Amino acid sequence: MDINTLRVIGVVLGALAFLGICWWAFSPKRKKRFEEDAKLPFADEELSERSARKAGEKKESGTPAKQNTRQDDK
Amino acid sequence: MTTTVAKAGDAPDYDYTVVRQFTIMAVVWGIVGMAVGDLIAAQLAWPHLNDLWQPFTHFGRLRPLHTNGVIFAFGGSVLFATSYYVVQRTCQTRLWGGWLIPFTFWGWQVVIIAAAITLPMGYTSTKEYAELEWPIDILIALIWIAYALVFFGTIAKRRTSHIYVANWFFGAYIITIAALHIVNNLEIPVAPFKSYSIYSGTKDAMIQWWYGHNAVGFFLTAAFLGIMYYFVPKQAGRPIYSYQLSIVHFWALISIYVWAGGHHLHYSALPDWTQSLAMVMSIILLAPSWGGMINGIMTLSGAWHKLRTDPTLRFLVVSLSFYGMSTFEGPMMSIKTVNALSHNTDWTVGHVHSGALGWVAMISIGAIYHLVPVLFHRRQMYSVQLINAHFWLATVGTVLYIAAMWVNGITQGLMWRAFNADGTLTYSFVESVIASHPGYVVRWLGGALFLLGMFIMAYNVFRTVTEEEDVARNDNTAPVPHAV
Repeated sequence: MDINTLRVIGVVLGALAFLGICWWAFSPKRKKRFEEDAKLPFADEELSERSARKAGEKKESGTPAKQNTRQDDK
Repeated sequence: MTTTVAKAGDAPDYDYTVVRQFTIMAVVWGIVGMAVGDLIAAQLAWPHLNDLWQPFTHFGRLRPLHTNGVIFAFGGSVLFATSYYVVQRTCQTRLWGGWLIPFTFWGWQVVIIAAAITLPMGYTSTKEYAELEWPIDILIALIWIAYALVFFGTIAKRRTSHIYVANWFFGAYIITIAALHIVNNLEIPVAPFKSYSIYSGTKDAMIQWWYGHNAVGFFLTAAFLGIMYYFVPKQAGRPIYSYQLSIVHFWALISIYVWAGGHHLHYSALPDWTQSLAMVMSIILLAPSWGGMINGIMTLSGAWHKLRTDPTLRFLVVSLSFYGMSTFEGPMMSIKTVNALSHNTDWTVGHVHSGALGWVAMISIGAIYHLVPVLFHRRQMYSVQLINAHFWLATVGTVLYIAAMWVNGITQGLMWRAFNADGTLTYSFVESVIASHPGYVVRWLGGALFLLGMFIMAYNVFRTVTEEEDVARNDNTAPVPHAV
């Protein structure tokens, strides 16, 4: 096979992959879902505060993960 | 499909210990790495400084100590801290990995100390940014595998259905750095601290710059974009401008970056087609780079007023401006005709530092100022004015640095290729060195300002962590009123 055919295939596949990703990302069907996903950094705020306070109380603690800390909240 | 976590069940207890350790060490290693950098900048301006303690303080031995210190000790600590923090919080689960987690922290500190001892002693494999000799390379590989296990193990046990985009960038960085580090450091050991690369000649150069450029592309870009996608929205208090754009940004960036390394070898023995390929790929790279920058900056649309009062946010946003600047400059310099002027001049050094100081260090500093109050359960940093002072020192320092290097670089490039009518060179090399001297002094000054800012940050962090009660600002140590 001519090397140029391979090159053409490479360019076409690359372009298709790019267009495919753009279509997947920007399709209106998924718009709402991505708007939800974008809010992920804000979803866990009270959990983080609890962890910070606990880490402060028991300096460098290796607390078990499963412990339910809800009662500690004042 | 929705991403909100199931409300029932145990609340996750995040592992902030390792995040705290890496955050504090990032401040320490940032000061060390940048202090060495400013010392070698001074050595170029005043060469007697090479003789402080020969041969250990020679420029050639301290320079790799500076690069390894700022990239892997400072940048690495920032990335460990932020990736461990972000992956827990966006997966809403505690870090997975047990003893592997402290192993990554203590192992990384051992690597840094080992580098600080062996590099001034002259042990080097001579590959840029991969100078460390083989025993240290093996330790790095082990730590990196542990890091990957912890990171992906945490993702595997996430309580959210979606993997937030910042984790995609962190994940790509961890995988790619593992591949780059192992492939580029394949070497035959001949003594405890001496080895020979299994590659030779042009192939060695190509592998080295595939490594070197992707150390920039994945360590210093993709991973710090992960920081951007979490900390800019958090600090601005609004979600990222376009989540769809972030997906296209991710795939475009990671699939193009790996091809661009050959531009470090323009006009070398590297085959011409490889140089051209690297040039074309570097130019294409402008698109995803700017896509990401726009996505970060536009997150502030409607909240621009926050920049006036929040210097932490200013750090994050100005870092994106420097990112946009240096990712425009990079593709331009990779064009062969431009490179004919810039190659081997101080312009390259200026370009690297517009990325390193302006982008990497500034976004790291912004992330640290965001993290420290959260990790140590404070309402805010000890002093916001000091953050502001740090911001201006860092910005002015960076601008002085890169402006001096532009002037020097273009001066050198023009002097080196100036010919007389009879074909002889107009200037001897040393004349271009003399012409560069003022630029070297300005560069040292810029670096010194940047370093001074780092000392201010260290003081601010120290006071924030240790303060018992702050009367002046109504008890900073009280529980956070609205969680961050």
